[in-house]
Amino acid sequence: MNKKTEMISMIQMIGEPIIAILIVIGAVLSVLSAFGIIRFPDVYLRAHAATKSATLGVLCVLLGGFLFFWVFDGYPSMRILLGIVFVFITAPVAGHLNARAAYRTGVPLWKLAKDELKPALKKKGIDREKAEKEPLN
Amino acid sequence: MLQISMFIALILLTLAVAGCMYRVLRGPSMADRITALDTVGVNIIAIIVVLSMMLDTQAYLEVMLLVGILAFLGTVAFAKYIERGVVIEHEQEDRDDIDDSDDR
Repeated sequence: MNKKTEMISMIQMIGEPIIAILIVIGAVLSVLSAFGIIRFPDVYLRAHAATKSATLGVLCVLLGGFLFFWVFDGYPSMRILLGIVFVFITAPVAGHLNARAAYRTGVPLWKLAKDELKPALKKKGIDREKAEKEPLN
Repeated sequence: MLQISMFIALILLTLAVAGCMYRVLRGPSMADRITALDTVGVNIIAIIVVLSMMLDTQAYLEVMLLVGILAFLGTVAFAKYIERGVVIEHEQEDRDDIDDSDDR
């Protein structure tokens, strides 16, 4: 019994700095993604910042929370695991849908040498030039 | 040390939400606002987890799942709306839309 409590306290001592580092790294990545959302010149570049680094930052924070409840409560929290899986699946899908909707409603691109998607979409009956002339917003 | 790092993380995540809110208010197009709102939702998930670690309780974790699902559904609905003008599209109307494509 004594040996077991000693081992638990040792695990907590090791786990504490790992959890702290994971949380701070995740928060810093979230701030960097917010900085990218403010500074990038274009919807599509902003979607890059919002989808990749924000997802990684939140996954780090959630992993820290998962380890925290595992180490200090003694059993892993399945709800945080579910949250990790959910964020990991849904964030890229949402980013992709946003970029697709932005392109098809004629949001202007920043710099582009050649747009190969425009003729391909026109063949399908979706006219981007017309959408560019009369934007939705 | 854990408490201090949680405080730092909360402050940084709040800063990230504030930066995203700038883009929500300012954003030149509708898609900018939707992207920033999605990021706000994802950051709120992280804030809830850090808060429930600070208070040392698992009572708030359902709220985290709920916020995640609502943010995703709202983003998908908004994106479909600005792309088509409708949220749920039917097959028959879809083909009509492509044919004369001026009611978009």
